[in-house]
Amino acid sequence: MRSTILAGLCTAVLLSGAAYAQSGAPIKIANVAELSGGGATVGTNWKNGIDLAVEEINAKGGILGRKIEVSHADSQSNPGVARAQVQKALDAEPYVLLGPGYSGSVKVTAPLAAEAGIAQIMGGEAAELTQGGNKFLFRTSFGQQSSMPKVAKYVNDELKAKSVAVVWVNNDFGRGGRDVITKEFNRLGIKVAADLSTEAGQADFAADVSKIKAAAPDAVFIYVNEEESARILKELKRQGVTAPLIGETTLVGQKVIELAGDAANGARGHVGLTTDAPVEAIKAFRDRFVKKYNYVPDHNGLKGYLAIYMVKATTEKMGKVDSKAFADTLHGLTIKTAAEPNILMDVTFDQNGDIDRQGFLVEVVEGKQVVKQVLPKLN
Amino acid sequence: MSNLLDLIVAGLATGAIYALVAVGFTLLWQTSQTINFAQGEFVMLPAFLMLAVLHLGAPFWLAVLVGILLSALLLGLAFKMLLVDPMLRHGVLPLAIATMALAIGIKEAVKQFFSAEASPFPSIVPVGDVTILGRAISLQSLGVLAVAILAVVGLTALLNRTSLGHQMQAAAQNPTVARIIGVPVERMILLTFLINAVLVALASLLITPIYLAKFSSGEVLGQAAFIAAIVGGFNQVRGAIAGGLLIGVVDNLAAAYVSTQYRAAVPMVLLILMILFRPQGLLGRAEERTV
Repeated sequence: MRSTILAGLCTAVLLSGAAYAQSGAPIKIANVAELSGGGATVGTNWKNGIDLAVEEINAKGGILGRKIEVSHADSQSNPGVARAQVQKALDAEPYVLLGPGYSGSVKVTAPLAAEAGIAQIMGGEAAELTQGGNKFLFRTSFGQQSSMPKVAKYVNDELKAKSVAVVWVNNDFGRGGRDVITKEFNRLGIKVAADLSTEAGQADFAADVSKIKAAAPDAVFIYVNEEESARILKELKRQGVTAPLIGETTLVGQKVIELAGDAANGARGHVGLTTDAPVEAIKAFRDRFVKKYNYVPDHNGLKGYLAIYMVKATTEKMGKVDSKAFADTLHGLTIKTAAEPNILMDVTFDQNGDIDRQGFLVEVVEGKQVVKQVLPKLN
Repeated sequence: MSNLLDLIVAGLATGAIYALVAVGFTLLWQTSQTINFAQGEFVMLPAFLMLAVLHLGAPFWLAVLVGILLSALLLGLAFKMLLVDPMLRHGVLPLAIATMALAIGIKEAVKQFFSAEASPFPSIVPVGDVTILGRAISLQSLGVLAVAILAVVGLTALLNRTSLGHQMQAAAQNPTVARIIGVPVERMILLTFLINAVLVALASLLITPIYLAKFSSGEVLGQAAFIAAIVGGFNQVRGAIAGGLLIGVVDNLAAAYVSTQYRAAVPMVLLILMILFRPQGLLGRAEERTV
């Protein structure tokens, strides 16, 4: 009798342990981002967005009753380091991989995640990233193939520009954007008066701006990273360039406005995500973020935040924590704010991992992003 | 042609800042055979010291003043006493390597204690243009040039027109004889370290509004100033000034007329040519050494 009771107790303990391993253990997610180096602004915002979302979800009991545990690794904004960090992160068998934010780093790490069969939710925007048939890669923002045609159309229809100077950063992100926008300008009959390649981390833009002045374009399209955007905006103001300045999120983001000060006023751009969007859920997110971190996030903060809620919505859709089935479930999935309010805007993921969501055309007015047009979700 | 003029003016403004940093290089070399590979980080750090004071709520002028004083203390006095003095007795090379380690230490410490992200920094010169000979010239470029020229003229006057300056030169040229005739050589050497600290703080004040305050911004500056000092003449203050201005202009012209990708290589090529054909630099004097 005593041995039967003992056996029963042992079985109960073992079963409860197994049950804990299945349902009570935290869900481990790995983040590899640009926490230092040229992309520190990108990576820090992305990380803070993730941490905020994780805190919120864990406070409400986690996903399917399991808490989330995120590890953060620094890619130093270097694709080589990013690859090593992603390999290390994958060796720990995470549920999902988050990051990096730089397209160049995504390009070299995506094959590793695909080989491991782990879904990678990243911040890169280069067009080519989702065009290579990788079934495990997902965007958190628009790719260049979605955003650049909208920018070119704005330059043509609203600015009525006949010639444009194109300034781009010589990396995967910049080159991808430059190729798409140049094609669009050519299609619309807009002449590229100056095609200026700049370097990542470049500090001095005096020569580049002198070339822009010499080309005397009707508008200047700027596609460089945030810190370089701030430096070139200051130099454009210093040299008195008055042509309209147009770009993408990296030209009109919060960090750029903070760094460039007055020089950012008048800059316009297409942004997929902005904390100044006329959307109540985004305004509430912004308030929560500012309360926690004491600064206004840029779009990367939103991207990091949304990445975690993508994980939550997809997992709840599956009804189980299954890293192998995750990517299949997210393909073709529409996440509606009605079901998951913190996804902030309705979003659909296609078979390539690209997203369809509403976007915005903004202008910096007196140090603030002002939304000029809301571009609706396509489907 | 007008584009060329713009490029030259902008290049001179940046070059004037390089000159300030390069002058510090040459001063340290002349008085104590210190090749300071942390000179770029010495330019980066004062901006963060000033920002720290600004964040405490101090007005900008006070932040600048405190920043310069702290620079003198840390990058002048502490640098000499804690690193240069103990290392120099082991030779020039160990000291040079120690300064490389210091550069990494400063950079990482700023990243750790301030931020890895860039921060905005207020400009001492207002944004705007003035028209000179029918051309709009940026006030910031002119302001940077003016402050840098004033600093260099002041330093040159100190070195050539005052008894203190003569003692510093004597201590640099022949410390043994200087000691015999009663020059307080150690004090003169310390003074050059303090002057270098003030020069880099000034350079920091001028360049950071343009480059932004970032832990890594010293890399470019240190390299440019080092090349400027060698091209101009490592043993002459006026050589460092000429070298700084030249590198500023060459760098800008290279970015405009060669390519942005290769701009960093052009001053290097200039450096190699100078070492091959005029090793004493543009305005330096040839030194003979006993082997």
